[in-house]
Amino acid sequence: MTISTLQVNDRQRLNELANKFRCTVLDITTHAGSGHPSSSFSSVEILTVLYFGGVLRYRADEPDWPNRDRFILSKGHAAPLFYTVLAEAGYFDKQLLGTLRTIGSPVEGHPVQGKLPGIENTSGSLGKGISVGIGHALGARMNDLGYRVYVLLGDGECEEGQIWEGAMAAAHFKNDNLVAIVDYNKYQETGPISREMALEPFADKWRSFGWYAIEADGHDVDELSQAFRDAGNVKGKPSVIIAHTVKGKGVSFVEADFTYHGRALTEDEAVGAREELECR
Amino acid sequence: MSLGERAGLKPAKRMREVFGDAMLDLVESNPKIVVLDGDLSNTTKTLAVREAFPERFYNIGLAESNMVSIGAGLADCGFLPFITSMSSFLLCNAYDQLRLNIAISSVNAKVVGSHGGITLGKDGATAMAIEDLALVGGLPTFTILVPGDPASMHAAVKAMAEWDGPVYLRSSRVAMPHIYPMDACPFEIGKANLVREGGDVTIIGCGMMVAAGLDAAAVLAEEGIEARVLDMHTLRPMDVDAIVAAAQDTGAIVTAEEHLLHGGFGSNIARIVAENHPVPMRFIGLADTYTDSGDPDLLLAKYGMSADDIVVAAREAVAAK
Repeated sequence: MTISTLQVNDRQRLNELANKFRCTVLDITTHAGSGHPSSSFSSVEILTVLYFGGVLRYRADEPDWPNRDRFILSKGHAAPLFYTVLAEAGYFDKQLLGTLRTIGSPVEGHPVQGKLPGIENTSGSLGKGISVGIGHALGARMNDLGYRVYVLLGDGECEEGQIWEGAMAAAHFKNDNLVAIVDYNKYQETGPISREMALEPFADKWRSFGWYAIEADGHDVDELSQAFRDAGNVKGKPSVIIAHTVKGKGVSFVEADFTYHGRALTEDEAVGAREELECR
Repeated sequence: MSLGERAGLKPAKRMREVFGDAMLDLVESNPKIVVLDGDLSNTTKTLAVREAFPERFYNIGLAESNMVSIGAGLADCGFLPFITSMSSFLLCNAYDQLRLNIAISSVNAKVVGSHGGITLGKDGATAMAIEDLALVGGLPTFTILVPGDPASMHAAVKAMAEWDGPVYLRSSRVAMPHIYPMDACPFEIGKANLVREGGDVTIIGCGMMVAAGLDAAAVLAEEGIEARVLDMHTLRPMDVDAIVAAAQDTGAIVTAEEHLLHGGFGSNIARIVAENHPVPMRFIGLADTYTDSGDPDLLLAKYGMSADDIVVAAREAVAAK
């Protein structure tokens, strides 16, 4: 049995992986003609550090390994990135990525549990990840297993009431094996979060619900690694990493235009994006 | 006249109490079962489980959405969650969670809605679940059970624990008379029970309307109309063979449910009849309305859902042959 995480901690390798993931996300969403590339781009370093920075314990060749750490993708529209990372980790053949959003493919528009190994939960309707994660966290306790549960949330998603139902419950149940990460890219579909439905004071909200809150640069692999280590040392309460990110990170004209939220780049736009990202 | 009296049925315990007893039996016999509660364990009668097995009982509080998603997570970990609350709150507050985390995900979780139907009575329209069967019926992969007597409630709880996949069970606040002996109830998911034989018309009921159908059959017999009565305790998968046989053998069908007619089980039965063997049909259920608060018997009468209403509908169906 091999633990297939690469266990590569050095900054250069993680950054190279991150860039490669952006290129793949760009390719598969452009090919599909739809998807959420900009929401995927903001989460890239978070997933890269989780899966390839020695944080998440998993066995791609044994996806149901009982003691695996759980990754719950709550912001389901980051699916193109999630699939890309799972394929790189060895859960399934990379060739499948090219079938994103086509009939008969398990690589659906949003992840559906059971369709592919490595997908722990169905997502696409927002707000449910913390609650599902609590179920897994309580399951670890009842089964006397030592795994940890990581939940990736979008920032706009935190407007959903269920997030705060879950936040209340996780603190009540003292789920210190639960870590939420918020991809705080400051935009939701129709505009800046501060304009549409303000979240601030965001970290204080989590703290007031009984969580240990950490803020980090969500594109800095060192800061993210440190944040995960800090979260791992917290006892008696759940942790949240508020990862400050840039929507569309890596492609200047996508960063500048939040309306890329729910649309793919055209083939022409993708040419420029590939040059910026120096995709091979 | 109380429910089942004309058919000679014996009164029994309240259905939610039977559910609580059955749940306790189940938790004792199956270490994988976990009960989730939306702070209504004294009402849904899972309180006994909380007291006897606190380590397998979670009060999630007044947060049905959170409860359903947590239950799905526990199911992923190999536990068998029974997610319980009053059905109006469970189905309406947590519909998206039931859809995404349980139905689309095909998770092996069990959902129990108590206080189904209008016989909650005096609590009024906001607490009544008159839409629950239509809502859960809109979620593919969910099996739907509506037992109509204490023995079948007990058997249904056991059967749903053994069934692989999402199940919704509707419980009721009221007492329902005994149709089956307590320890000898035939209960196979997807197979209707023939509880009275007759060749002139078939009354298909679920929940408390099975006993009401038997009452109606007793009245009809005095007029020389012999009614077959089917206990359609499983709404999905529906027993198509029993429905087609009823149409062929008796030539007229009345469906009876304590639920809105829109989206209720009568409309599903009508589709099966129309496709296979069209015969005259009549439908007992709640018309397109919410109800007053009030005594359950008076509510049933006011909204056309009593045994007497079934009698009238059966006469019409027979006359239309």
